Amino acid sequence: MTMPTGYSRGLAYWPLALLALALLLPQLLGMFGFDFYVSFATRIMIMALLASSLNLLVGTGGMVSLGHAAFFGAGAYTVAILAREWGGTPATSALLSWPLAMLVGALLAAFIGAICLRTKGVYFIMSTLAFAQMLFYVFLSLKSYGGDDGMSLTQRSTLPGIDLGADVVFYYVVLALFAVALLLLGRLDRARFGKVLRGIKDNELRMESLGFAVFRFKLVAFILAGAMAGLAGALMGNLNNFVSPNMMHWEQSGVVLVMVILGGLGRLWGGLAGAAAMLLLEEILPNFLPHWQILLGVILLAVVFFAPRGLAGIFRA
Amino acid sequence: MSGLLFAEQCLNGLQFGLMLFLLAAGLTLVFGIMDLINLAHGSLYMLGAYLAATLTQVTGSFLPGVALALLATALVGMLLEWSVLRHLYRRDHLSQVLATFALILIANEATRAIWGVQPLSFNVPAALSGSVELLPGLSYSAFRLTIIAVGLLVAALLYLLIGRTRIGMLVRAGASNRAMATAMGTNIQRLFTVLFGVGAALCALAGAMLGPLLAVQVGMGENILILAFVVVVIGGIGSVRGAFVGALLVGVVDTFGRAFVPLTLRQFLPPALADAAGPSLAAISIYILMILVLLWKPQGLFPSRA
Repeated sequence: MTMPTGYSRGLAYWPLALLALALLLPQLLGMFGFDFYVSFATRIMIMALLASSLNLLVGTGGMVSLGHAAFFGAGAYTVAILAREWGGTPATSALLSWPLAMLVGALLAAFIGAICLRTKGVYFIMSTLAFAQMLFYVFLSLKSYGGDDGMSLTQRSTLPGIDLGADVVFYYVVLALFAVALLLLGRLDRARFGKVLRGIKDNELRMESLGFAVFRFKLVAFILAGAMAGLAGALMGNLNNFVSPNMMHWEQSGVVLVMVILGGLGRLWGGLAGAAAMLLLEEILPNFLPHWQILLGVILLAVVFFAPRGLAGIFRA
Repeated sequence: MSGLLFAEQCLNGLQFGLMLFLLAAGLTLVFGIMDLINLAHGSLYMLGAYLAATLTQVTGSFLPGVALALLATALVGMLLEWSVLRHLYRRDHLSQVLATFALILIANEATRAIWGVQPLSFNVPAALSGSVELLPGLSYSAFRLTIIAVGLLVAALLYLLIGRTRIGMLVRAGASNRAMATAMGTNIQRLFTVLFGVGAALCALAGAMLGPLLAVQVGMGENILILAFVVVVIGGIGSVRGAFVGALLVGVVDTFGRAFVPLTLRQFLPPALADAAGPSLAAISIYILMILVLLWKPQGLFPSRA
C-alpha cells in the first residue's frame, strides 16, 4: 500500500492555520466585545499543557498516573511561596520562578517515579494517587501557606520589558510556551526516545530483552512530564493569582486523565483537543440546561462508544 | 481511661472497616472477574444511602426502608450492567475510566435534580439511638454495634456463598482464570449480571448503615471510592478474603490515625502546629499503609491470580 502523501501533506497545514487563529484570537474576541474570554483561552492552553504532559506518560508510555496533579500543584506553590517569602524582583521574576517550578516538578517526579515505576497496572495507578494525596494533605495542613483556604498572590510574575499583568500579554506568553512544548513533544515522539516508549507500552518484556533500559526510559519520561506539569502549575497560579491544595487533589488528576482519554491517547493534539472540549462544554452547556452535567456525561459516554480513539482520533482514519 | 478509649477506637475501626468491606467486596469481584475498573461503584453507594433515607421516611420505619433500598439499588446496578458496563468488558482500562467517570457525572447530577443540593437528613432509628454498656465504664452506641453485627453477618454469608455454593465456585473460577472458566462452559454473561446486582446491594447496605453517621450528600461516593480502591489493592485484586483483611486494616489504621495521631503529636509539638498537622498525618496514614504493603507484597496480601 502506498502512503497517501497528499493526505499527510495536507495535515501539515492545519497546525499553522490553528496557530494563526490562536495569534489573532485576542483581536477577534476584542472585535466582538468578548475580551473576558482571553483569560478563558489562556486557561484552555494551560490545561492543554498539563494534559499533553500526562499524555506523554499515559498515551505514549502506557504509564497511567492518577497523581499528575501533584506536580501541577507543586509548580504553582513554588511560584507562590517564592513570592511570599522573598518578595521583590529576583523572587517574583518569571525567569527564576518558572524554571524553578519546573525543577521542583522534575525532582518530585524523580522521587515519586523511582518508587512507583517499580509497580505496574492498577498498583501503579494507586501508588501515584497515594503520593499525590500525601502531598495534598501536607499542603492542607501548612497553615502558614493558607492551609485549605489556599493562598493569594499579590501580582503575576515579572519579565523584563513585558507586562504579564495584562491578560492579552500573558495569553501570548502562554501560547508561546505551549507551542514550544508541543514542538518538543512532537520531536520526542518521532525520535528514538518516543519509539522506545511506545515499544515499552506495547510489550515491556520484549523491549527489556532487546536490551533497552526500560526503567530508565520510563523514569526520564516521568521526570519530563513532571517538569512540564510544574510549568503548567506555575502558569495557572499566575493566571488566577491564587493557588490552593485542591490543585493537587486526586479529582484534579482524574479530570486531567479524562481530558487525555477524551482528546486522544498518544496523539500529539490529544491534550489540546481534550482540554478544549472539556472546558468549552463546561462553559457552554450551563447556559442552556439546568442539569447540564447529565448531558456532559452522555457526551463522554458517546465518545467512549463511537470515537474509541478520542477526539483527535476522529480526524485520522 | 486510655484503655477504654483504646477499646472504643478499636470498635470504631472495626465498624468502619466492615462497611469498607461491603464496598470493596463488590469492587474487587467486578475488577477481578470482569476486569472492569468501575469508578461508578461509589455512585451506587450514594444511591443506596439516598434511597434508604427516602424510603425510611416513606415507610416510616428503618428496616423496610433499608430492605427496599437494597432491592432497588440491586435493580439499578443490574440495569447499569446490562445497558452500559457490559459493553465495556472488552475495552481497555482507560475507556472504562472515561465511561464510568461519565456515569459519576450523570449520577451526581441526577441526584441533585431529584433530591436537591442540600444534604439529606437521615437519623439513627429511634430504637438504636441509645448506647449499650459493654464493660463497666465502656458504653458504646447501639447503632454502631448493629453495624458491626450486620457487617460480620454479611461477611460470613459472603464467605459461605463464595466458598460453599455452586455460584461461588463459578465466581472463584472466574477470578483466577476468566478465559478458562468461559471455555469450560460457564454462562459468564448471566453470572456477571447477578454478581453486579449483589455488589450493588452491598453498596446500598453500606450507604444505608453509614448514612446516619456520615452526611448523605452528593460527592459522598467519590470520597469513599478511593478508600475502597486502597482496600482492593491492599487485599489483592479479585480476592474477597483480601478485601476483608484489607478493609479491617484500613478501617483500624484510619480510625486510630484520626484518634491518636493528633494526641501523640501534642506531646512533643506546640499545640497549634500539632492541631494543624495531626488530621493530615492521620489522613496520610492509610496511603503509607498501602505503599508499605505494596513494597512488601506487590500483588497485595492475597493475590488471587495464578
